[in-house]
Amino acid sequence: MTLDGAPGLEVDPLLDDPETRIVVCCGAGGVGKTTTAAALGVRAAERGRKVVVLTIDPARRLAQSMGIDRLDNVPRRVDGIKGDGELHAMMLDMKRTFDEIVEAHADPERARAILANPFYQSLSAGFAGTQEYMAMEKLGQLRAREEWDLIVVDTPPSRSALDFLDAPKRLGSFLDGKFIKLLMAPAKVGGRAGMKFLNVGMSMMTGTLGKLLGGQLLRDVQTFVAAMDTMFGGFRTRADATYRLLQAPGTAFLVVAAPERDALREAAYFVERLAAERMPLAGLMLNRVHGSGAARLSAERALAAAENLEEGRIVDQGPGKTGVRGPEATSPEPGAPRTTAAPHDAATTTSTDVVAPPPAVAELTAGLLRLHAERMQVLAREQRTRERFAALHPEVAVAEVPAFPGDVHDLEGLRAIGDRLAAGRH
Amino acid sequence: MSRLQVVSGKGGTGKTTVAAALALALATEGRRTLLVEVEGRQGIAQLFETEALPYEERKIAVAPGGGEVYALAIDAERALLDYLQMFYKLGSAGRALKKLGAIDFATTIAPGVRDVLLTGKACEAVRRREKQGGFVYDHVVMDAPPTGRITRFLNVNDEVAGLARIGPIHNQAQAVMRVLKSPETVVHLVTLLEEMPVQETADGIAELREADLPVGGVVVNMVRPHVLDEDAVRAASGDHRKGITQALAAAGVSGSARLVGPLLDQAAEHAQRVELEREQREALAKLQVPTYELPFLGEGADIAGVYRLAKELRKLGVGA
Repeated sequence: MTLDGAPGLEVDPLLDDPETRIVVCCGAGGVGKTTTAAALGVRAAERGRKVVVLTIDPARRLAQSMGIDRLDNVPRRVDGIKGDGELHAMMLDMKRTFDEIVEAHADPERARAILANPFYQSLSAGFAGTQEYMAMEKLGQLRAREEWDLIVVDTPPSRSALDFLDAPKRLGSFLDGKFIKLLMAPAKVGGRAGMKFLNVGMSMMTGTLGKLLGGQLLRDVQTFVAAMDTMFGGFRTRADATYRLLQAPGTAFLVVAAPERDALREAAYFVERLAAERMPLAGLMLNRVHGSGAARLSAERALAAAENLEEGRIVDQGPGKTGVRGPEATSPEPGAPRTTAAPHDAATTTSTDVVAPPPAVAELTAGLLRLHAERMQVLAREQRTRERFAALHPEVAVAEVPAFPGDVHDLEGLRAIGDRLAAGRH
Repeated sequence: MSRLQVVSGKGGTGKTTVAAALALALATEGRRTLLVEVEGRQGIAQLFETEALPYEERKIAVAPGGGEVYALAIDAERALLDYLQMFYKLGSAGRALKKLGAIDFATTIAPGVRDVLLTGKACEAVRRREKQGGFVYDHVVMDAPPTGRITRFLNVNDEVAGLARIGPIHNQAQAVMRVLKSPETVVHLVTLLEEMPVQETADGIAELREADLPVGGVVVNMVRPHVLDEDAVRAASGDHRKGITQALAAAGVSGSARLVGPLLDQAAEHAQRVELEREQREALAKLQVPTYELPFLGEGADIAGVYRLAKELRKLGVGA
């Protein structure tokens, strides 16, 4: 059940290392990213660290599992953590975060003007991109407070993996761009000598924008930009600082995935992006991996045996004649005709030594065998998917986390997941 | 059937696959459907194993009976430039705007403009007519953003219409909203029979209803067969070790004594899953929307899987 050649990802040494200050969980939606972040937080805290978990958009149940009715923009201490460590948890409130930045960096009068601006109100309420900026901003704030020695971050459920990493750059290029200067001071730019072409382009553009957006919206935008003017430099500086923080050795990125084609494709993409951005990747956390304690019984053999039972055939098992460890390589595909899928070459005959099981038990056993065959087919498919990933990225350390039948409801559940993360088969 | 079918769902529930299957199922009897994606993920191209889709409507599949499925990956920037070209004849000026960062501002930073452009393009395809007067597409199926963002995504036009109180953006937003809130549109949510996706589906439906957006059905995806029925599962949880060991041996499985424990563990997990699924079905029934169950695709979601799911959807009466 191991990925051939792939190094193992050891969770505990990573969490225990005092040099590890930030762990970022990223990956496609629906792979258990937020739950993984929370479970890592619980585990790190119980191993003595002072941890804060920053979640972006958790299910209510997750907050409840940490004993908090509703996560909000302020880190709250989670009760019930064993040992000397501490766990705090919070959920990003992007509007609140944005408001706080405005309040902290503008004088009261200007702050009031910004907060009342209709354009600002829409921008901060969470349109495309705001969440990513604010997640970065919040991460920088938490780090700057130096109250925690480990920050575990769950990334926003973005349109694509790119958005989280691109947010600071995009903000930077926008703030440095000509467009913002134009919005801030159209007259000034237009009046400069040697800018004739630009001048024409710009006056036409403001005209067009005015027509397109409506003059009132354009005025709102201009008022907003003018009011924010003094704050933009700070935005940019902090975004750049957070970006560098993510590249620093104290940060570890964990790509979370499930052994499914789409999730692993996204994971591969993420691994490549992180490498291109020189972001430190700790490894791949593969959630929901299926296993079986009866893996030596193949799907084909289980199905064949189930059919024997259902049709009342009894197989003689004389010593030395047969065994389940047959030549696997020649096993037929699941679903192949029964005649070719017989468990072994020995003739299926009625025997005097073996007693036919009662029908109810035979039916039950056949059911168990069919269930097992289904499980083995899942295992085989997951194995193929993982091998494809490992072939593309043999350098990535992998931890496999067994599938859980139910959902997490309490700290105990998160603790159990933490155990599985740390014990993950490598 | 409404002409604009929006498919949303929690991440990992197979929303793109379901959207593709729906587009195929609706393309019966020579009908033509358009499958659009709005998140720049090229999920449709990956599913249909074609090259990345350009900003151009392309035929990607033929349905049994001669129907056709077209696909389009909507790109906000291109949609804006098209729009400016169409209404303002801004050929080179469009490029100048781009150079200044205005297009980037409009499509990534300005609140909601991006979403208006994406939904606007889909609505344009819904309303587009041929010269003879018939609709170009019988149905447009949108692979939409996930459940957590769908209401804001579709309702953004309302907000933008409020923000831009006059002007073409205002008019455009209002026109789009008229389509989205009409019986022409329906929003489906894809879920799995698991607690978190079902809870998210319930929350999503409540939000859509509050925003007056038309809720369609819930598509329960990846439904696995119950190999053991509930009685058998109960029986397995009783003490049948000895009988099962003997039955395994009789069926030709060697080493049955060591297998019976793991096999019973698997049955217990199965029983737990069956019970969880029963609870989730009950939770879904309380939502009072039609549900459509689609089978788990053993070999993963690929083109063959899309055709199979389309067939299942037709059996369930979709596209009839």
